[in-house]
Amino acid sequence: MSEITPDLVRHLAGLARIDLHEDEVVRFTEQLSLIVDSVAKISDAIDANTPATSHPIPLANVFREDVVQPSLTQEQALSGAPDSGQGRFRVAAILDEE
Amino acid sequence: MAKANLMDYEKAIELFEVVIGLEVHVELNTNTKMFCGCRNDFGDEPNTNVCPICIGLPGSLPVVNGKAVESSISIGLALGCQIEPNGGFSRKNYFYPDLAKNYQTSQFKDPIAFEGQIDVEVPSGNKFTVLIERAHMEEDAGKLTHIGGATGRIQGAEYSLVDYNRAGVPLVEIVTKPVYGAGAEAPELAAAYVRLIREIVKALGVSEARMERGNVRCDANVSIRPHGQEKLGTRTETKNVNSLRSIERAVRYEIQRQAHILAGGGTITQETRHWHEDKGATSAGRPKSDADDYRYFPEPDLVPVQPSTELIERLRAALPENPADRRKRLATEWGFAELEFRDVVNAGLMDLIEETVAQGAKPQSARKWYAGELSRIANSEEKDVLALNITPAQVAELANLVESGKINDRIAREVLSAVLDGAGSPEQIVKERGLEVVSDDGALIAAIDEALKSQPDVLEKIREGKVQAAGAVIGAVMQAMKGQADAARVRELVLERAASL
Amino acid sequence: MSELIRKNASELIEMMNKGQVSSVEVTQAHLDQIAKVGDAVHSFLHISADSALATAKEVDRRRAAGEKLPTLAGLPIAVKDNLATTDAPTTAGSKILEGWLAPYDATVVTKLRNELMPILGKTNLDEFAMGSSTEFSAYGPSKNPWDLTRIPGGSGGGSSSAVSSFQSPLAIGSDTGGSIRFPGAVTGTVGIKPTYGAVSRYGLIALASSLDQIGPVARNVLDAAYLQDAIAGHDPHDSTSLTNSLGSMVEAAKHGSLKGKKVGLIKQLSGDGFQQGVRNRFAEALKLLTDAGAEIVEVDCPSFEYAIDAYYLILPAEASSNLAKFDSVRFGMRVTPEGNPTIERVMAATREAGFGPEVKRRIILGTFALSSGSFDKFYGAALKVRTLIQRDFDSAFAKADVLVSPTAPTTAFKFGEKVSDPLAMYLNDIATIPANLAGIPGISVPIGLADEDNLPVGIQFLAPAHKDAALYEVGAALEGILEGIWGKRMMDFAPKLEVN
Repeated sequence: MSEITPDLVRHLAGLARIDLHEDEVVRFTEQLSLIVDSVAKISDAIDANTPATSHPIPLANVFREDVVQPSLTQEQALSGAPDSGQGRFRVAAILDEE
Repeated sequence: MAKANLMDYEKAIELFEVVIGLEVHVELNTNTKMFCGCRNDFGDEPNTNVCPICIGLPGSLPVVNGKAVESSISIGLALGCQIEPNGGFSRKNYFYPDLAKNYQTSQFKDPIAFEGQIDVEVPSGNKFTVLIERAHMEEDAGKLTHIGGATGRIQGAEYSLVDYNRAGVPLVEIVTKPVYGAGAEAPELAAAYVRLIREIVKALGVSEARMERGNVRCDANVSIRPHGQEKLGTRTETKNVNSLRSIERAVRYEIQRQAHILAGGGTITQETRHWHEDKGATSAGRPKSDADDYRYFPEPDLVPVQPSTELIERLRAALPENPADRRKRLATEWGFAELEFRDVVNAGLMDLIEETVAQGAKPQSARKWYAGELSRIANSEEKDVLALNITPAQVAELANLVESGKINDRIAREVLSAVLDGAGSPEQIVKERGLEVVSDDGALIAAIDEALKSQPDVLEKIREGKVQAAGAVIGAVMQAMKGQADAARVRELVLERAASL
Repeated sequence: MSELIRKNASELIEMMNKGQVSSVEVTQAHLDQIAKVGDAVHSFLHISADSALATAKEVDRRRAAGEKLPTLAGLPIAVKDNLATTDAPTTAGSKILEGWLAPYDATVVTKLRNELMPILGKTNLDEFAMGSSTEFSAYGPSKNPWDLTRIPGGSGGGSSSAVSSFQSPLAIGSDTGGSIRFPGAVTGTVGIKPTYGAVSRYGLIALASSLDQIGPVARNVLDAAYLQDAIAGHDPHDSTSLTNSLGSMVEAAKHGSLKGKKVGLIKQLSGDGFQQGVRNRFAEALKLLTDAGAEIVEVDCPSFEYAIDAYYLILPAEASSNLAKFDSVRFGMRVTPEGNPTIERVMAATREAGFGPEVKRRIILGTFALSSGSFDKFYGAALKVRTLIQRDFDSAFAKADVLVSPTAPTTAFKFGEKVSDPLAMYLNDIATIPANLAGIPGISVPIGLADEDNLPVGIQFLAPAHKDAALYEVGAALEGILEGIWGKRMMDFAPKLEVN
């Protein structure tokens, strides 16, 4: 029994900002169910005392000197932008009109 | 917004217990950003202090600014916190166009500093201990400008423009534990706490600490519950309260608003609210929802931060004196009356006066300027004194011009107003406009002699000992000098010349 | 076919040093081969003929002037298209980045430029390196030169097919769960994933930051060693970059030896369930190792059972966050839906249209693994499994200098065979993934052809972190023994490439 439902897939797609088509929701629900059921067995391998490893090689305290380095020019910064104006990146309105 | 929606403050305090929590963001004054070598200065031309890292280009990687870590540790130590021996960064995932990578590199489970406390004194002289839950490092977001629509606000805008100069600027977020028991003084406590944080980070030299520039920003959590109730009330988080005055007003407003709702049988919605300085009110923002699933996880591109005991102790040894000790010291050094000193503290003028004294002013005259004329102007403009366009050095200059008798009080006010208008430094203005008191006795004597000679009857009366008759001559001389003469000196000279002519 | 392109990199270096051939000739020969077989194999997404020849000319001029040149000067190379380059588009195999020109070079690219290596072009990959076949490239798959109906491995199928079809003597790959080693195995080439942090990731479009590692793709071990020496080293722009030097891989490869080496045979990866032809070649290779003086010891790594599961949680989790920046604001594609959409809708429509199915699948899986209700059970548990896998390696390396397994369970499969079955596709990486989870280095070396399909089989060696040199020693030694037995090189077995 999987915890992946179409509603959950839609919710996750919302969090991930992907406007999934309905047929993708159906397909992903099915595929993710299989994957999630399969990977869920990892909880058998561990217990509460097992430490987590987030970084494969133990390094610590890697810092940069607080010295200014060259920045991009405004032109370079905006060079890849789909839309720009007044030296800034231009985007659609943030809120729906109320 | 009708006042009818607010409960009378005294009544609200009578019925409810107030619990506040404060989140203060302090922008560090490092040379460079938190994770890249771009200049930490967002006043420049848009998108000029940016690089592949802070605009989140594919393939770029962050590297931590070591100075920012040290500054953060210093803040933690000054707040009496413990320093995390094995911490690190996490990603806080959410989409917003001012957030270049659509995640904020922040700290989650292992903030650099935790479990501290500071004592905060409110204007009445009451003291409260505020418990600090944590202080963590993170990066600021870019700046959005909303174009079109009626107000330039986010609502109704046609489109928005993004400038990432501020993206990646290092921040330390200081979070208090819930603060209980301040009662009617909760708003004052909130403001006094933020003022203290400002004093601390300024004394540490880790931030410019100017609220009006957003170097210190406060989000105020407020909840109320009927006295005796154990369960905490639903809280609201008021954002954008960016002056000490607004913090106090916003907390007071939320108490009154929530009290009105609860007393009317309503419930408080857990939400973000926005403070509107102009209306003196908060308005509802986004409700908290399950969309606030930030999916924090350890930042794999950065390695753990493990401050050594040596580093921590070195920074601890370098801490400036704590604010309470400093107050005691300054009270003694300045020699103000107790009430005068408390007024200075409550009005948030201590730093300004200290700097002004450091620039050469006498403490008492620095106090008079700030507590008097400058406070009056700030009040009439509904600003903090700090936001006025005058530096402590300029105030010291002005005070010394008066002290030395080069200008009188009336001219000083004129000079002050010119300084505030951006005309230059007091000395420059006095020089350019020829406002200096005529202290050259020669010019004065010439004018006096002329006035006495043209009014022989007055001269006669003075000689007869009718000293009040001198007033007419003094008036004429002052007029001739266009007011730029020290009246007392003129009077002295008039009596002298009348006798010798 | 020009004889030049069949030379190994080390041979070409020597010929150029001796003045027997110019860099322009070498570069042009490879560009000619690209022109000849490029359409059929589809290794490249972008070809930089002009700038490659310009670099070659510069090298020839400086060589003629008697300047001292870097070791690999004048030797052409291909670069995987998930590395940022200022003079060629970088797509990471995705539509969402089509046409994007990075305003900066990846550190590895800068190193290649400093080495004066002509960069022939950018090679194909599964979109954002998510895949084992290049079938998930938005620009169409690359083909396996041994059989054009089969996959060249993935994600680095562009690099493996380019090197195995003589379009380039060397290539750069990136390996997150086997993306260098698996393509190496199925195309009869050598692929190395160095120790995590040995090569800077700055400028590598991240798939999973804690797993990604850049490494060399070559036709033999010594060539790969030359490339690793050129691209490795500390980079202050990558916080996870190693600060210590790992020594000279070229020296290790030149002095390869098996004598007295303890080789750990991983019980969990000894071939059960693998294709018979893979098992046969692997068994023969083990015998050759023993004959050459190595001692085979069995090691037990019980947590490997969970490696794929942990990997398919950690990778999507990190990827879901790494790929959030593709939002149509600062670079890349923008899709604006009908009406008067908000930025939120523009972002969602762009990401729907710009990402392919595997990328979307993994982003959603990763979002799930990190979300508040499932964090502990999935992502959190996966990080713990990672600890267990590291412990398994620690105890295995207490008994053995290097570990060994087949690189992949099968030889190259046919296009379409696994594309609609994600779980089956994921199983290709069963032997390669543990090294990425533990950050240790691994190499795949060709050991002949499977009996049933005459397709290449690879053997994988793994070494402890920082001991990359050990891989070059054993890899070069085994390669030498095999070439001695065969009397020719692995690629000499390859059928003639039939192109129109």
